[in-house]
Amino acid sequence: MVVRRQGLRDVVVAGIYQTKQARQLQGETSNSLTVEAVNGALADAGLRLSDVDGFNIQIGSASVGNDFAYKVGAPYYWLGRTHVSPDAVVEAALAISAGHCDVALLSSAQAGLYTDRKSTAPWTRPPNEFIETWGLHTPAEWALLAQRHMHLYGTKPEQAAHVAAVIRNNGHINPEAVYYGRGPFTPDDILSSRVVAWPFHLLDCSMTCEGGAAMVLTSADRARDLKATPVRIIGAAAEQWGPEYTYPPTYERKGLLGRRSADLAFGQAGIRREDVDALEIYDNFSWEIIRALEAYRYCDLGEGGDFVTSGVIEPNGKLPISTDGGLMSYSHSGGSQSMQRVIQAVRQLRGTSAVNQVPNAQLALAAWSYSVVLLARD
Amino acid sequence: MNSAHSSIINEGFQRPVPVPTEISEPYWAACRDGRLTYQRCGICGTAVFPPQAFCPQELHLALDWQESAGLGSVYSFTIVERPQTPAFRTPYVVAIVSLDEGYEMMTNIVDCDPADVRTGMRVRVQFEPVTEELSLPCFRPAE
Repeated sequence: MVVRRQGLRDVVVAGIYQTKQARQLQGETSNSLTVEAVNGALADAGLRLSDVDGFNIQIGSASVGNDFAYKVGAPYYWLGRTHVSPDAVVEAALAISAGHCDVALLSSAQAGLYTDRKSTAPWTRPPNEFIETWGLHTPAEWALLAQRHMHLYGTKPEQAAHVAAVIRNNGHINPEAVYYGRGPFTPDDILSSRVVAWPFHLLDCSMTCEGGAAMVLTSADRARDLKATPVRIIGAAAEQWGPEYTYPPTYERKGLLGRRSADLAFGQAGIRREDVDALEIYDNFSWEIIRALEAYRYCDLGEGGDFVTSGVIEPNGKLPISTDGGLMSYSHSGGSQSMQRVIQAVRQLRGTSAVNQVPNAQLALAAWSYSVVLLARD
Repeated sequence: MNSAHSSIINEGFQRPVPVPTEISEPYWAACRDGRLTYQRCGICGTAVFPPQAFCPQELHLALDWQESAGLGSVYSFTIVERPQTPAFRTPYVVAIVSLDEGYEMMTNIVDCDPADVRTGMRVRVQFEPVTEELSLPCFRPAE
């Protein structure tokens, strides 16, 4: 395949690792999961910690890359500063592309953060002056955006429920998924689960759980001598709309989040939307898939509801999404879940997906609301 | 419904209390007096909320406090059934309200069956005392 590259020069994902993911991991801590994930990703790449000269590490809810690098004795290194997520993959890919580092290690892991089950998880309700007092949490924040989309375009809860059923059924057959064997689900099952924040039912929402993951990125030159099947990053871009949980999430300010990144990433990669074999999109809520596919120009604005129910997003469809079960069924372990979208895209391209392997997958998209990463099998 | 009965906060609990900043302090002081305020640029007339140090247009520093009539319409809303913390009594409505003066704010819709809330519905501010220092600008149906 001939791939045109602009801005990114031969960056590859050389190592990936996911710890066990579960609602609660007895006996594990954020630190123990971090050690397992980091060692696992380095072993997968065939590299040692002393080879790493770029760090972006999140342990629990804290970004501790600088402290981690010091503690492991790394001498003078590049430090990633964005949230460990597809954003951090974009940042590290740019750093490697620019020659600022050669081997970047990204890790995020957490256990034991969510203990007060009477309240929503602590990361869903940060203390902001003009938001928290109204009883807002993450589902309510995204529901405000979904409800506006429904008002503007007539998008229906049944269409979002279809997305949830597809993704949860992907996880239902994935032995690695936290909710393995919990299905199968029909859209009616989603709609008959209790409401969390209208229009979101419980089964429209991602779960909370514990676990970790790590990735190693490097240059294609360096990867040539390594054992892992390299997967190239051929397009990557990130954006923001404003601080979350701080301002009213109006459709005008937030509705097209991700479009800029998708346009940039597809422009860099020189591929078309329909060329992508697997779309590992952040499914924090079922409706977010509808919004994202519109933002990424997979369909016109307002047509996302019809698009997702047209048979394209199923594992055997033209654009299979969240093939491992995503955040709803595979795992939503604190911060690491968004980076795990990239890891699942890499697994699809390596041909090592635990489930729903797309035959001979060549191109994959990994994304969350704020960034898009396009990957290709070498 | 009287306001005590219709509170979305469970008895014996308190909702999270906003901590004013130097810039927002006049806003919360006005709320305490039952007045809803916002900033307007003295040079270009842009309405600004939440409070900030400069106007979005060309960073004018000439933001003045204005009093809102407290009338607006529901831009979007959600009926919350899973509370943020046990302090909140479900179901409660979190909404974005578009004020007639030309800005948006987050709030709760109160004194109203959540099932009756609609996008576009006209609403009027109703202050809910939380502490001696703080009253919160909630909204109820305008009619």
